[in-house]
This record gives sequence, C-alpha cells and structure tokens, in this order.
Amino acid sequence: MAEAVATRIPVKMTVNGTEYAAEVEPRLLLVHFLRDNLGLTGTHIGCDTSQCGACVVYLNGESIKSCTVLAVQADGGEVMTIEGLAKDGEYDPVQQGFWEMHGLQCGYCTPGMIMSTHSLLKRNPNPSETEIRHALEGNLCRCTGYQNIVKAVQYAAEQMSGGSAPTS
Amino acid sequence: MFPSQFDYHRPSSVAEAIQFLQNDPDAKILAGGHSLIPAMKLRLAVPSALVDLSQVDGLRGIAVNGDIRIGAMTTYAQLRDSDALKAAMPLLSEVANNVGDPQVQSRGTLGGSLAHADPAADFTAVVLALGGSVKAVGTGGEREISADDLFVDLFTTSLNPDEVITEVTIPNPAARTGMAYQKRGHPASGYAVVGVAVSVTVGDDGNVSDARIAVTGCTPKATRATAAEQALVGKPLNEASIDAAAKAAPEGLDINGDHYASAEYRAHLVEVDTRRALEAAAKAL
Ligand SMILES: Cc1cc2nc3c(=O)[nH]c(=O)nc-3n(C[C@H](O)[C@H](O)[C@H](O)COP(=O)(O)OP(=O)(O)OC[C@H]3O[C@@H](n4cnc5c(N)ncnc54)[C@H](O)[C@@H]3O)c2cc1C
Ligand code: FES
Ligand code: FES
Repeated sequence: MAEAVATRIPVKMTVNGTEYAAEVEPRLLLVHFLRDNLGLTGTHIGCDTSQCGACVVYLNGESIKSCTVLAVQADGGEVMTIEGLAKDGEYDPVQQGFWEMHGLQCGYCTPGMIMSTHSLLKRNPNPSETEIRHALEGNLCRCTGYQNIVKAVQYAAEQMSGGSAPTS
Repeated sequence: MFPSQFDYHRPSSVAEAIQFLQNDPDAKILAGGHSLIPAMKLRLAVPSALVDLSQVDGLRGIAVNGDIRIGAMTTYAQLRDSDALKAAMPLLSEVANNVGDPQVQSRGTLGGSLAHADPAADFTAVVLALGGSVKAVGTGGEREISADDLFVDLFTTSLNPDEVITEVTIPNPAARTGMAYQKRGHPASGYAVVGVAVSVTVGDDGNVSDARIAVTGCTPKATRATAAEQALVGKPLNEASIDAAAKAAPEGLDINGDHYASAEYRAHLVEVDTRRALEAAAKAL
C-alpha cells in the first residue's frame, strides 16, 4: 500500500468577504478550518456525522454541512458563515426572525438553522409550512419542538418580501 | 473526528484522474464526498489518496434531447433545480429533492450515488427501473454499463478500480410510459427504509407492454422485482393487475431486516409502495 504522507496543501478561500491563505493537511475538515484556524466559532459541531446541521455554512452560494467537506475542497471558493450575515451591525432578516419569534432556546442549533433558512429563502422566497419543514430536515433541534423555528422562517420571509411581519 | 492521513490530487481531466488511480491501487475517487468522507471519518474507508473530480472539465451538466444524459458530477441540487429536467423527466428532479436534505443535495452527485451502490440509496433503484446506464472510462478504454449489470452486491459494482463514471444515460421513454418512485425514508438520515421505482409502458392494444420495477433499502443492492413485472405484462393497467403485482412484489427478493425495520415489515412496505408507485405511474400515463 502506498504510504500517505502528511503533505500540507496550500488553500485560498474568501470567508465572509476576507481572503485567507493557509497550508492545511488534506484531512482537515472545513468546519475545523473555520473554527480552529480562523477562530470563527459561530459555526458549531453537533453530531460530527452529517446529520444535525449545526455546522451548515454557505460554500459558493449553496448551503453545506462543513463537517462533511474537506478544507481542500473549498480551495478557491467563497464561504459565508453565520458571522457574515449581519450588515453594519444590523441583523439579517433571518436572524431577526429567530430573535422575534423566539426560534431558539439553548441556541446550539441556531447558526445552522439560520444558514439553512437563508439558503431556502434565496431559492424559495415564499415557502409553505410544508416546504419550510422539508428544507430544514437536515437541521436538528433538541429544544424548541420546531414550532417557533417555523414561525421565525415565516417572519423572515415576510420581512424579505417587504411585507409586514405576522404577529402571533 | 478526522479521517486518517491521505494524499490529495485534483486532476483536470479524466485521463489524469485515471492515471492517479492506476498509479495507486488504494486511491479512491472523491466526488461529493457525502458517502466517502463520513466513512473515512469512521475509518471504515482508509484510502491512501483521494482523486477529487471537482475540477475535471465536462463532468457536470444535463442534456435532455431524446435520451437524458447527465454528467457524473452533477449534484442532486442541480437535478432538483433544473427547469429543463423538470420539463423532460420531472421524476428525476423529485427524487433528487428527497435525497437526504438540502445540504446533502448541494454536495452529493448522481455518479457518486451509483458508484457507491449503497443498499439504501434512491437513484440506484430509479436508474435501474428507468433502464439507465453509465459510461465508464478507464485504462482499458470506454464502455457502457447498463444498470442491470452495474450493481453486483452490497456497496459493490462491476466498475474496475481504475474506472471513472463520466456520464449517466436515461433512455427516452416509449410513448405511454408512466413512472414513479415511492420511498419510505429513515426519519434520521432520509435514506430509504424501502423505496420502489416503477416504469410501465402501455402498448397500442391497451395492455402493459413493458414493466420495470426496482426496489431499494431492503435488499443488498437495488434489485428488479421480476415477479411484480411479470404480473403486469400483457394485462391492462388497472386495479386488479396493480393489486396482483403489489402482492407478488416481495417474491424472490432477499429482503433484510435490522433494528429499525424487520424483514417482515420491509416486505409489507415493498407491497404497499409497489401499489402506490404503480397507481402514481398509471395516473402519469
Ligand atoms: C446525512 C446524509 C443523508 C443521506 N441520505 C441519502 C438518501 O436519502 N438517499 C440517498 O440515495 N443517499 C443519501 N445519502 C448519500 C448521498 O446521496 C451521497 O452523496 C451519495 O451516496 C454518494 O455520492 P457522492 O457524490 O457524495 O460520492 P462520494 O462520497 O464522493 O463517493 C462515493 C463512492 O463512489 C466512488 N465514486 C464517486 N464518484 C465516482 C465516479 N464518477 N466514478 C467512479 N467512482 C466514483 C468514490 O470513490 C466512493 O467510493 C445521504 C448522505 C448523508 C451524509
Ligand atoms: S456537525 Fe455537521 S451535521 Fe452535525
Ligand atoms: S435551540 Fe437548543 S438545539 Fe435548537
């Protein structure tokens, strides 16, 4: 068997608008690169087995589970994490929705929930409740029972389409 | 969890990829990584090197003129969102929309799913029922492998270690063909506990001229339910023939059970899902 050697590989990527260059082992996961190398600890690790969605970030405009992508696979790419959503100190409408509708309790799942929601609303600005629940199938929450998460998504959808937010 | 160490190659052509595979028999292709990376984290797979196909030209895209041709590296998200595919064969977009979750769909590829031959995968059964095939390119040249010959056993295909799937072809269906897929997803992962894909063609005499039915999730590999197919051919597609086919569907299948669903329960689901898939296909005629 050919012996693998731990050659480090140069990678470059833009994260939340800032360019980073580093040399990494091929086996380094993107989530560890973001958290340990860049100190962006808003992206969480829950299950580490591709199930829970705590680690969801954008890679080249698509939501992905960063515990299941190698840092080298993001080479040359554009990443956005939860830290990149707020603009000029103003929460993004999805962040606002989770705040307003009490879409979290412990908050562990929240960064991933927000990133997945953001990507859903980009594809489908006006989702039905069924579509919301389907789009969040890869994000597990042990606290909320999901009801307020659905409301948070609906609130964000209203805000983003310029409508008034539902009160409930 | 970290995978153990490996070398990483990112070829820009299929020829270069094959070269890497030929030089190192323990190297593995990396497509979307959504089966391979989890397996490597658990050390169930310990490749010495990964050959990442992401930068190889010409492996992505969907062509819908007559036969449908899909590049091996096309992701589920691309299948899900393609307007051309939704018009030409909406079933493929629907199936893609129900693989795992949206994040799995962003990364997982059609070629990777067929090459991996997971016993609970969706597209294995769907491509088998639709009579599809893959183009495989290796040191020995290029060949077309029909889905009937591709799946050999649990996680095992007839691909050689140095062969790359470059394209998947779904033949243009005959007139009056209805197709459908029914899946019972595992509540945690979404993988099929049982999935049944059907493609039924009705001839000029009003009787079924061709039926292909494939199950997944319950057998070591995606498998044709031949007893159900035989129950349909030559009969009109109606409640009676659909019922007979559904009841026959589990016959001759090597149905497995696990802590989540017993073999008996899965056999029951094969019957129920065959009935529902055939009813949906009849409506889609
Ligand atoms: C949480 C989760 C849920 C999932 N749920 C489902 C589900 O509901 N249904 C389902 O069907 N699947 C499901 N999957 C699996 C997913 O579909 C995988 O993406 C797919 O099985 C493999 O495709 P890939 O592109 O990720 O391949 P990889 O993981 O990159 O590769 C898989 C294997 O195929 C080989 N390979 C890849 N591409 C080629 C090629 N072009 N030529 C030759 N060999 C190749 C690789 O060497 C490797 O051995 C799930 C995965 C996860 C993580
Ligand atoms: S930590 Fe990535 S999916 Fe759970
Ligand atoms: S708020 Fe605690 S896991 Fe979701």
